[in-house]
Amino acid sequence: MASGSIDQDNRMNPSPRGPSVLRFAAPQNFYPLAGRLAPWFAVTAAVLTLIGLWLAFFVAPVDATQGNVYRVIFIHVPAAWMSMFIYLVMAFWSAVGLVMNTRLSFVMSQALAPTGAMFCFVALWTGALWGRPTWGAYWVWDARLTSQLLLLFLYFGFIALTRAIEDPRRGDRAGAIIALVGAVNVPVIYFSVKWWNTLHQGASVSLTKAPSMASTMLMGMLVLAFASWAYTLAVTLWRVRPMILERERHTEWVGAVLDREGGRK
Amino acid sequence: MLSTFFAVLRRDLLLAWRGRADVMVTLAFFVIVVCLFPFGVGAEPNLLRAIAPGVLWVAALLACLLSLHRLFAQDYADGTLEQLLLSSEPAVLWVLAKILAFWLTTGLPVVVVAPGLGLLLDLEQGALPVLVLSLALGTPILALLGAVGAALTLGVRGGGMLLALLILPLFVPVLIFGAGAVEAEASGTGALAHLLLLGGGLAGALALAPIACAASLRISTE
Repeated sequence: MASGSIDQDNRMNPSPRGPSVLRFAAPQNFYPLAGRLAPWFAVTAAVLTLIGLWLAFFVAPVDATQGNVYRVIFIHVPAAWMSMFIYLVMAFWSAVGLVMNTRLSFVMSQALAPTGAMFCFVALWTGALWGRPTWGAYWVWDARLTSQLLLLFLYFGFIALTRAIEDPRRGDRAGAIIALVGAVNVPVIYFSVKWWNTLHQGASVSLTKAPSMASTMLMGMLVLAFASWAYTLAVTLWRVRPMILERERHTEWVGAVLDREGGRK
Repeated sequence: MLSTFFAVLRRDLLLAWRGRADVMVTLAFFVIVVCLFPFGVGAEPNLLRAIAPGVLWVAALLACLLSLHRLFAQDYADGTLEQLLLSSEPAVLWVLAKILAFWLTTGLPVVVVAPGLGLLLDLEQGALPVLVLSLALGTPILALLGAVGAALTLGVRGGGMLLALLILPLFVPVLIFGAGAVEAEASGTGALAHLLLLGGGLAGALALAPIACAASLRISTE
């Protein structure tokens, strides 16, 4: 027992004695936890979205130069943040999965990918709608737009690769490698494209200098950013659950869960 | 250790030599794609001169992409790859040898032919050496990055399209600096910065890609 890893320990023993947080690295412990947490995150997301949209449409002042058009920023910026952040989280779980050989990490990174791609697309879409009235074109080949587009392709590549490989073990690892290769390349892509062409306005929010926008605007954006976080967590946890069941379908605990949840109906 | 490297290199080059037609097809593809552009955009010399670096680079990139499946597919099918992975030699070493052989048989011919095609597109003669140099530095990066994708998609259904989706976004920086070098030289601003960045990219890819590629091969064959 002393030499067995925590993961190993959990698999054999339904009530493990390992450190309390690592306990949830075992699918049968994480499955009910995800089910319990997801509704809370969903409610949080809904409440924060309502507050954020109220701030965005009723409290935040009209922009001096852009009029009401600028209000797309409240969706655009959180979506762009999330799309980049989710890719990093995906790469993190991929690395954890490859190094620690934990099955749940791969499931996490694959459950995150569709949400990341969705936010990436939303950022591009709202960006196009914003660009038309302010720059006079739906699309310009500017550094940030272009690297966002390439990020969307990276998401598509990851999703396509993990779905195309039938053997889940191989699919997990192949996806993890491409996620890591992509993560190494994201800064390279970003700076190369930036050097290639830049027209996009400078970053609107920065930690080092005073924000260049009204504090209510910033407030609305941050609230919506937190709403996106909560939404991502809720959706990912919901997506993780059936994936866990599918992968662990040969185990006893999944049989017990299916009996219980099937009997409830 | 180096003897493994040279043995694999020699074997792959010999195999490529025995199947010369495959190599020629890649080269013919490169030439034909470049020659299609004047039909598409018109034979206006100024226009052709302006798009020449981009056209040559995109064609080189596609030629590399379409030949990548040859890198491991045959060895995967006949079991050579498994034997190589089972051997006690470090995988990074023979992977690098295979990538080098691949580049010598697909990248190098493209580098050699490119200046002639540059003349077809009315590219300035002064920019031709930069074109050759940028391709000589850039196509090995394409081969190295592409090898990771080729290893991951081994034996996967729809592998060819998937490979394109996986690695084309990663090729973008190479394309930017490669074509940018030629454009910068043609417009008189000097190509040194672009070429140095390409060289840096090559050094980075040379250090990291074989490791990722070896890991990918292990995953694909287990």
